[in-house]
Amino acid sequence: MLELNHISKTFNAGTVNEKTALNDLSLTLKDGEFVTVIGGNGAGKSTMLNAVAGVWPLDAGSVRIDGVDVTRLPEHRRAAYLGRVFQDPMTGTAASMGIEENLALAYRRGQRRTLRWGITNKERTLYRELLSTLGLGLEDRLGAKVGLLSGGQRQALTLLMATLQKPRLLLLDEHTAALDPKTAQKVLELSDRVVSENRLTTMMVTHNMRDAIAHGDRLIMMHEGNIALDIAGDAKKRLTVEGLLWQFEKASGTAFANDRALLA
Amino acid sequence: MNLNALIAALPGSVAQGVIWGIMAIGVYITYKVLDYADLTVDGSLATGGAVAVMLMLAGTNPYVALLCAMLAGMLAGLATGLLHTALGIPAILSGILTQLALYSINMRIMGKSNQAVSVDKMELIVSMRYIPRTILVAGLFAAVMIGALYWFFGTERGCSIRATGCNASMARAQGINTAANKVIALMLSNGMVAMAGALYAQYQGSADVKMGQGAIVIGLAAVIIGEVIFGKRAKNFALKMLSAVAGAIVYFIVIALVLQLGLSTTDLKLFSAVTVAVFLAIPHLKQTYSHRPQKGKLHA
Repeated sequence: MLELNHISKTFNAGTVNEKTALNDLSLTLKDGEFVTVIGGNGAGKSTMLNAVAGVWPLDAGSVRIDGVDVTRLPEHRRAAYLGRVFQDPMTGTAASMGIEENLALAYRRGQRRTLRWGITNKERTLYRELLSTLGLGLEDRLGAKVGLLSGGQRQALTLLMATLQKPRLLLLDEHTAALDPKTAQKVLELSDRVVSENRLTTMMVTHNMRDAIAHGDRLIMMHEGNIALDIAGDAKKRLTVEGLLWQFEKASGTAFANDRALLA
Repeated sequence: MNLNALIAALPGSVAQGVIWGIMAIGVYITYKVLDYADLTVDGSLATGGAVAVMLMLAGTNPYVALLCAMLAGMLAGLATGLLHTALGIPAILSGILTQLALYSINMRIMGKSNQAVSVDKMELIVSMRYIPRTILVAGLFAAVMIGALYWFFGTERGCSIRATGCNASMARAQGINTAANKVIALMLSNGMVAMAGALYAQYQGSADVKMGQGAIVIGLAAVIIGEVIFGKRAKNFALKMLSAVAGAIVYFIVIALVLQLGLSTTDLKLFSAVTVAVFLAIPHLKQTYSHRPQKGKLHA
């Protein structure tokens, strides 16, 4: 369903800040797979997701979604295939626009923006229904500006927006990292529910090893712009944090370097 | 201060304010909706005046000439938009480049730096000779444009333009072509500005290659004054555009006032710049020096 073929990306090439973020990385996802992605600081986790989303052009390699080569498609055209939730709750929504307006923008993902009304009454009923499943009371605040919502509320809304038009692939980029632990747990539970209800193919980047082990059916650990470990099936189910660290050290030849992950 | 002279000057200030209010709506679209400081307007205002006046001198119906002026302004916006989106030139610089180029183009259109239209010799849409009529007609144009823009920014495309200005990353993630939207908004904005230029040239009886000098500052002043005075009440998008027009009227009344207080007309640009700087600085200073804690945010 998703194929990354030998993709590479170097930032600030030719300067002192040169950084090889992706180094000849290849990865194939099967339909319906839920992959958690973990790795040290600067291992290339978010970069890999941005490569799929087409935020910038690749230096080498190709990206295929559902057999379609999207390597040269700009970000807004690839959006037709993708649902995305970002680390910063500010990134996923338009703060000065209402909750219903944000949903209406997401409802039209992958479609031409015409001169029809930007939002219809029929949609409002649908949005109210869907918002009530979040259990945050947002269904009574359709017109409220999203800027007034808390980080957790915004991430829950972004998650709903990402799946309003069922995406071929859901990209969750450390989407609970900026939340307090209790809210993070709620958003994670919601993510699990949304993924299983819609049987979505999903990639979730996280810095929390326990979360990476507890969620999904396949785990990838990244190191220096490539995949160091790829564990699926029963081996994934039996994983422990200690076992994961030991395997990583064996595979990469270095200790796992991520202060946040170790403390989590 | 001569109070009688001030009162006598008021209707003229209101008429100027309404015409520049149309220009301010254009600035509102770029500066507030798109979050793009577009300096094209100094050039496109004169382009509007030049196109309208030259067509009218050639015998074209003034309303057709007005429409052509708008289209010319939209072309100027297209140029700035393409410089920015297709060629990757920073926003401010794109506007400055188009503005500079428009000086030469406006000279080509007019053949010389100033072209007069006389209200005695031809039919004009507005003129300082007939101030009440000017207020009415320009006000009508402003109202129609506010209505049309209110509709447009409520459509799917219009909503996607608002999202582009608010959060471009989010817009792209939702499949919105942010580059195309920026170009559309710049075209709409400069169309409005050129329309104001066409009306203003008729109002003052001539199009001048320098008539747009500092126009962006007047437009910004109108938008900001409108926001400061009416911002609390004007939540609706149409009311926000109306606030910009009201802001322009207030601006020209203040100008009449300071002229009566003894400021020379050549001091006005300094006065405008200081006014805009002060009003732009207020929100920043409020935030920096406010001792009140921020309102607590709700948690999920």
